[in-house]
Amino acid sequence: MRNLDWSAVVHALPFLWRGLQMSFVLVALAMAGGILLGTIIAVVRLSAPRPVAALAAGYVNGLRSIPLIMVIFWFYLLVPLFIGRSVGAFTSALIAFTLFEAAYYSEIMRAGISGISQGQMAAALAIGMSRMQAYRYVVLPQALRRMTPVLLTQSIALFQDSSLVYVIGLHDFMTSIGIVAVREARLIEFYLFATLVYFAICFSASRLVKRLQRRTATV
Amino acid sequence: MHYRWNWGVLFVEPYFGWLLAGVTWTLLVAGAAWIIALAIGCAVGVSSTLPSRPARVVATAYVDLFRNVPLLLQLFLWYYVLPELLPASFGLWIKRDLPMPEYWCSVLGLGCFTAARIAEQVRAGIESIGTGQRMAAAAMGLTVAQAYRYVLLPLAARNVLPPLTSEALNIVKNSSLALTIGVLELTGQSRQIEASTFQGIEALTAATVIYVMLTLCVITGMRAVERRVSVAGTLGRG
Repeated sequence: MRNLDWSAVVHALPFLWRGLQMSFVLVALAMAGGILLGTIIAVVRLSAPRPVAALAAGYVNGLRSIPLIMVIFWFYLLVPLFIGRSVGAFTSALIAFTLFEAAYYSEIMRAGISGISQGQMAAALAIGMSRMQAYRYVVLPQALRRMTPVLLTQSIALFQDSSLVYVIGLHDFMTSIGIVAVREARLIEFYLFATLVYFAICFSASRLVKRLQRRTATV
Repeated sequence: MHYRWNWGVLFVEPYFGWLLAGVTWTLLVAGAAWIIALAIGCAVGVSSTLPSRPARVVATAYVDLFRNVPLLLQLFLWYYVLPELLPASFGLWIKRDLPMPEYWCSVLGLGCFTAARIAEQVRAGIESIGTGQRMAAAAMGLTVAQAYRYVLLPLAARNVLPPLTSEALNIVKNSSLALTIGVLELTGQSRQIEASTFQGIEALTAATVIYVMLTLCVITGMRAVERRVSVAGTLGRG
């Protein structure tokens, strides 16, 4: 075992910090878009006319049966073809993550909506709300609140998955680590440092989610 | 959108052979990793429900460690970092004499990663039985080992089957990450075809269709297992 030298890691910190910020931005945007789109898909699956609902189900099951790396490659290849010019790794990664995670978020939201008693919907319709209004003001707020811990857990998984943009070379935290690790020829130090950072973030985040879960579990 | 379609490229050599090789490697990585994941996952999952405190601490630490680091990074750790941290002769053996180190590293990495997730399912499966069965077993004079062997595990195994199905799907999908350390499995081969023919859409479509078919096979296989072991008189569909 050779001696470890952490000075290269210290020198690279500003560069790595920019990468980490990129990861956070990507995850935050994909999370917001994914939850929004996922909720729409869940509502469509539960109350749209049958053919449309089947289409939404096909979308979810289709995306859930292919690896995320494939999806990332697909959008990296397809988005420029459709738009007609190259859009850069960030945009295509963001689209890929949003559409991919929407499938997973929609399953969570579907479970959340299914868990709300039918009486809520019936009562909302009885006081004259439209179905859309019933979802917007009665069902979704409850489902969202009930599912918040699960949505957050999925978002931690999304943060870990965001490291996969490495394969298209977007400069997130993981890619930045890879770049400096090779440039400084200090693979061990940089990869161990990355492990520490990812572990610290994900571990404390999942502890927070657990605490939140205990606080909201009384309902 | 100007794109030259050429689906024929998928069926001529060498590209057809590349796809076949890709499927083979995907199955080899996922299959071997699945065995490791099941073995470690069951052991860790059972330990986390044992009365012994050290066993629980070790099990929890394992799960926390392997669940909170991205799989991609874990593969890099197995492939680039582990050989350096081991005693010099052993590290050298991995890098130089072990045939296909990238294959074994991805199997170990994927197996240990999935094991942590399986352990959580096993733990949940055992805990969902409730304490009644455990106490009844103790009251009948069964030792802890006997209680697990004859009462808890047979019941838990059936609870765990549905979540295990989704882990089996995950392991097939996650095996695609092996391409980052140089295993040319299905995704890697489709990228290779894209690079040498510029028929990216066709290559990715082929890989995607194959993944969906693999998924269907896994689902069908696991359903068959579930049916075979279902207990009469429960709500599970037999």
